[in-house]
Amino acid sequence: MSPALGWLKRIAFGVLVTVITFYTLFPFYWAVVSSLKEGSALFQVEWWPKKPAWHNYVAVFTEQPFGRNLLNSVLVASSVVIVSLFLAITAAFALARIRFRGRTPLMLMILGVSMFPQIAVLSGMFELIRALGLYNKLPGLTLSYMLFTLPFTVWVLTTFMRELPKELEEAAVVDGATPWVVCMHVFLPLLRPALVTTGLLAFIAAWNEFIFALTFTMDQESRTVPVAIALMSGASQFESPWGLIMAASVIVTVPLIVLVLIFQRSIVSGLMAGAVKG
Amino acid sequence: MLARQRVRAAWLFLLPTLVVLAGVAGWPLLRTFWFAFTNVSFAANEPPEFVGLENFVVVMEDESWWRSVRNTFLFTGVSVTLETVLGMIIALTLNSRFRGRGVLRAAVLVPWAIPTVVSAKMWGWMFNDQYGVINEMFLYVGLISEPIAWTVDPDLSMAAIIAVDVWKTTPFMTLLLLAALQMLPDELYEAARLDGAHPVLVFFRITLPLIRGPMLVAIIFRVLDALRVFDLFYVLTSNSAESMSMAVYARQQMFEFQDLGPGAAAATLLFALIALFTIIYMVLGRDAVIQEAA
Repeated sequence: MSPALGWLKRIAFGVLVTVITFYTLFPFYWAVVSSLKEGSALFQVEWWPKKPAWHNYVAVFTEQPFGRNLLNSVLVASSVVIVSLFLAITAAFALARIRFRGRTPLMLMILGVSMFPQIAVLSGMFELIRALGLYNKLPGLTLSYMLFTLPFTVWVLTTFMRELPKELEEAAVVDGATPWVVCMHVFLPLLRPALVTTGLLAFIAAWNEFIFALTFTMDQESRTVPVAIALMSGASQFESPWGLIMAASVIVTVPLIVLVLIFQRSIVSGLMAGAVKG
Repeated sequence: MLARQRVRAAWLFLLPTLVVLAGVAGWPLLRTFWFAFTNVSFAANEPPEFVGLENFVVVMEDESWWRSVRNTFLFTGVSVTLETVLGMIIALTLNSRFRGRGVLRAAVLVPWAIPTVVSAKMWGWMFNDQYGVINEMFLYVGLISEPIAWTVDPDLSMAAIIAVDVWKTTPFMTLLLLAALQMLPDELYEAARLDGAHPVLVFFRITLPLIRGPMLVAIIFRVLDALRVFDLFYVLTSNSAESMSMAVYARQQMFEFQDLGPGAAAATLLFALIALFTIIYMVLGRDAVIQEAA
């Protein structure tokens, strides 16, 4: 291969990488730029804000109950993580370490539930939530989110629990440990990375959920962030407060990006464990 | 003796999870199926009556339903195809060693983490007919002569929705394909290189056949996700009758028109469709699934 051809190849590859990076990051960059523009500046295309203004970031908290919406999202997502991990740890232990009849069908059923379209349970769930007196309340969302976080956490934790060495368990059993002791005192400390990964993925799923949050809440104060952003309206029906929406979008996205960058490796491994590898 | 105790412990350990799943998955699903065959209403006080297939007939005769079916399939087909091709290109890129690979790998995770609703709003602003940056770019390059109303025209809004979905979901596809690529042994490529085989030929003759399994599983996984699409359509097209997905149609029947029966019937049909694909998925990935589950 001639050196010129080598250079050409290298340049082409560089262009490809640049294009991929640009396509991936530009929408987010544009949201940041737009959120820093005030008044009429928003309606002129400038590639960076000449006079960055924080007005939108202040207004989103003063003109909208956005602080409350953020708190709602944090509360719902955290409670979803706690409850689903709490339930999934023992379930995953049983599925990963104990042989019993009906285990495989059970695993397949759990996998099947994780594929449920939310719309298929929407009306039944609405009825259930109203009957429990949870309509327009945060616990109603926590409960309904179990539909997609629980199967997922059980499945992923089961794959992690399988990897643990048999000898550990056997030694503990010889010492007279019950399954409960093995699960809670021998395995749990070793599972910390797995719990962080699964918890994080469950948190992101709950943080981003839309259709249940839209259907099971009524007033602005009980909305979670995605619903608040989707339904944010201006002074009149015909103007969309784009500056506010972009500011809210950036506020919601930055913590997620930070989390993803910190836990990059574990997120990828968790996603891999969640999607069945062929 | 000990084994019997362990089995009992297993069921006790599983009990809370199974109870919760029965409550939030099994029961609501059965209720939805039941609603689909009754003249139920959340407002009325008299108990619902069984009406047979009436609701399904109502849905089948509704033109909007068929449009939503067409939209959903078009969306699924085009976006999953694009995501697979793009995901493959990016995965192959990430699979070669170059400076800044870590940065790129982190960058492709960003769209995945952003909430769908937020992605839809970000792109909705970029697609804005009067002030959108996309029209601006296209005008500048000369692709269009006047600004286009992307999210109003049903055909164009479909293109816009697909663009957002491709942007958001390609990273997931990339990760799955990259994992498959990284499992391939280097020796194969060594041999191909010694024979002087062209890279394109190597890809189609060696790489593609070897990762076909994981690729199919990833595709079905994405198809299942795309068929139940709701957020993107709901947020981007302001709910116009021409551009709805099946899930948007079903929810509109149930909660905006208060036609719970037909809405539940539509939801049941969508469930049946996804169940079918789930079974295909489990059969295709059977060895893997059973291996994981056994």
